[in-house]
Amino acid sequence: MADSEYAEIFREEAGELLEELETSLLELEKDPADLKIVSRVFRAMHTIKGSGAMFGFDDIAGFTHHVETALDKVRDGSVPVSTELIDLTLASRDHIRALLDAATGGGEADPTEGERIIVALQVLVGGGMPLAKQAASAPQVSEEEKDPTLGRRSHYRISVKPTPEFFVGGSTMEALLAELDTLGESTAFMDAEQEDGGALILLTTDKGVNAIEDVLVFAESSCRVTVTVLAVEGEEELEEHKKLGEILLEQGEISAEDLKTVLDRQKPLGELLVGEKLVSRTSVDAALAEQKLVRESKEKATVAKGAESIRVASEKLDQLINLVGELVVTQARLTQVASQHKESELVEPVEEVERLTAELRDCVLNIRMLPIGTTFVKFKRLVRDLSAELGKEVVMVTAGAETELDKNVIDQLGDPMVHLIRNSIDHGIELPEERERAGKPRKGTISLAAHHSGANVVITVTDDGKGLDAERIRQKAMEKGLFRADTEPSEQEIWNTIFMPGLSTAKTVTSVSGRGVGMDVVKSTVDALKGSVSVTHSIKGQGTTITIMLPLTLAIIDGLLVKAGETHFVLPLSQVEECVELTMEDIARFHNRRMLPVRDQLVPYVRLRDFFAIPGERPVREQMVISRINGERFGLVLDGVVGEHQTVLKSLGWVYRHATGLSGSTILGNGHVALILDVTNVMQCARQEEHNTLIN
Amino acid sequence: MSAKKETVQSQATQYLTFMLREEGFAIEISKVREVLDVTTMTRIPRMPEYLSGVINLRGNVVPVMDLGLKLGMGSIEYCKNTCIMIVELEVDANLVEMGVLTDSVQMVLDLNPEDIESVPKMGTNLNTEFIKGMGRQSEEKFLIILDIDKVLASEGEAALREIDSIASTHSVAANPEESVGAEA
Repeated sequence: MADSEYAEIFREEAGELLEELETSLLELEKDPADLKIVSRVFRAMHTIKGSGAMFGFDDIAGFTHHVETALDKVRDGSVPVSTELIDLTLASRDHIRALLDAATGGGEADPTEGERIIVALQVLVGGGMPLAKQAASAPQVSEEEKDPTLGRRSHYRISVKPTPEFFVGGSTMEALLAELDTLGESTAFMDAEQEDGGALILLTTDKGVNAIEDVLVFAESSCRVTVTVLAVEGEEELEEHKKLGEILLEQGEISAEDLKTVLDRQKPLGELLVGEKLVSRTSVDAALAEQKLVRESKEKATVAKGAESIRVASEKLDQLINLVGELVVTQARLTQVASQHKESELVEPVEEVERLTAELRDCVLNIRMLPIGTTFVKFKRLVRDLSAELGKEVVMVTAGAETELDKNVIDQLGDPMVHLIRNSIDHGIELPEERERAGKPRKGTISLAAHHSGANVVITVTDDGKGLDAERIRQKAMEKGLFRADTEPSEQEIWNTIFMPGLSTAKTVTSVSGRGVGMDVVKSTVDALKGSVSVTHSIKGQGTTITIMLPLTLAIIDGLLVKAGETHFVLPLSQVEECVELTMEDIARFHNRRMLPVRDQLVPYVRLRDFFAIPGERPVREQMVISRINGERFGLVLDGVVGEHQTVLKSLGWVYRHATGLSGSTILGNGHVALILDVTNVMQCARQEEHNTLIN
Repeated sequence: MSAKKETVQSQATQYLTFMLREEGFAIEISKVREVLDVTTMTRIPRMPEYLSGVINLRGNVVPVMDLGLKLGMGSIEYCKNTCIMIVELEVDANLVEMGVLTDSVQMVLDLNPEDIESVPKMGTNLNTEFIKGMGRQSEEKFLIILDIDKVLASEGEAALREIDSIASTHSVAANPEESVGAEA
């Protein structure tokens, strides 16, 4: 029914409004007396209703109308804000979402749910129409909503300014007027002397504005047509009455200057009133000040709204980012060629291009950055609903909502976060009585925090619940064969087994003590985002902290280009701490043990040539790049360091998705492919392999 | 008669024929996106031998497989005819590109269904899963029609198994004594 393009616009707009609605409702719950929030809720509902009707989403408009009616009672203060009201309004929000999804081809909405909400709202606000009629009248209401002027005597001003095509097409103004006349009483003002042959019609009719537009629709392609509703009978005027001068000005009968000269002869109203001693000067001044203030704030709001944002399809952004990626690669190539040619004339423009490219890159990447706080709102709702369902008392606190992350990352982060929060409430936080017995406050706390750390974003989910039961998890993990019987896993290793798929079913650890529902899903999603997730802290009886670490963006990173044999590798610059030289003497001094003292600290290292079995002689002087991983220093030994390199990340393809020690690839200036090192993975593998060798 | 011939023609499929060690092979041409000369390849370490590495295909990184090694016929030796067929296949509902290294690409051939014989139960010395049929090019000459999707799709698990075995035999600390001893 609804045009798909408009439906898409409406879907997006309504999606945003629903989110805003949710935020406002949760705020309102905290501060029920704040009427500003009530108005915000009301406005959001009203906008959804209005545009829903406009785009042909009649069921949404119909349903929203009822909710709006109830909210109106709250707004005028006759019904107080209560938990039930907020519950119902939140439920309405969900129902609108369902209707919206159903209308745009995603799932189905339950019509009885809508009726249930409406009935409950009616009972709550007390009164209104009888219930049966309410439910039945929904479609009609929406019809009415679409055109508030339908069936009510209204006055319209219609201005028709034809272009020459109008007459070429064989139309006459008279025919148009005659047709308009069938709608109601019309008075036409045609100026025969005017060359354009335009007309101004005042029409009074009860057929509604849509009927008028239907008549005018064929003229619209060849005329400039404007229809203005002057007044609807029986309705309060929203706008103030237009002044005579304004009307004439609007009609183009008088120029602004003329109007001004005439008006200037008149004394301002305030002066007149004071002159007549009807009011005091102070009260006039106060009234004027008030008027000025209102006008200014209105203007400000308009300006702010204009600068706010524009909507762009995300594919367009992706395309832009790809192009910038290509540009970065080409620019690197240009720099390389220029340095070979040693043309002094080239140096400056090439440097300029380099600078501009870097700026452009940062700019473009920034477009996709969104504050993570947008998702926090969703979780507030989740915490509220879930804790109520489980009979627990939980508050959620957030920090670092302004931390920005790539939109693609944020989009995919939703599910894992939901899982983590669910687990914290379900299995972490105890029932209020239990908490009291343990000497903790009745209310549990879940805190979500985000902050930047180098090129990463760190997100933590912390609860003050009962903590992980390491012993139970260890037993379970042993049963599943995740640890060998003869090994003694560290506490951290035990905790992190909760992310293993084997431990994620409800009948295992979850029902007894730990967590685990869908934790493997969390891990696989985060892995796919090139991030990591781990339990970083858990104390029995005190709570658990789970940390997710994610790269800032998936597109471009600053890297250090290095070489081993014929192959070029790139290390993420953020992971590089320093580079030192490794000589034959150093190696001999340590009896071939792979470690080197760097500033009084022994740093273990792995030689990339050995790790990757790269053929050929290694150079006499090797370079060691030192990274810090989980607080430990670790060195990678290579043939040489080439320099810094802006890297456009490319996947190695599905065939190589299991490649060891590599996280992707990039294309160098000379068109060759370089491999991006996953230093953490190299270290873990090397450690594991050394361990295996020793056991054998 | 003529009508019959038309229907037969409309059923003909176009194949691209290529050589591996003097033996003729063919794959459906609809799978082949383009044919390239051999370019600089970057080897991915610690991966099975038959995965030759990755190439830069106009800004995209595309993996390349040595079809000779994959089919157990020995590695392909580079010469002026050696080329890479870029093949498109669907993996998990995504279209991915993959390079296939062959000794030389020959021609485009129309084959009617009746020109294709079923796969012999034995004697091909190849995994029969990878073969769609035997195409008759002339009286004496047969082509092995490969099911390139299966050849490439078998990659996932096979590669994983091999990586595991590589990891278990591989060790960074395998021979530290020797490496320093030689130079000290």
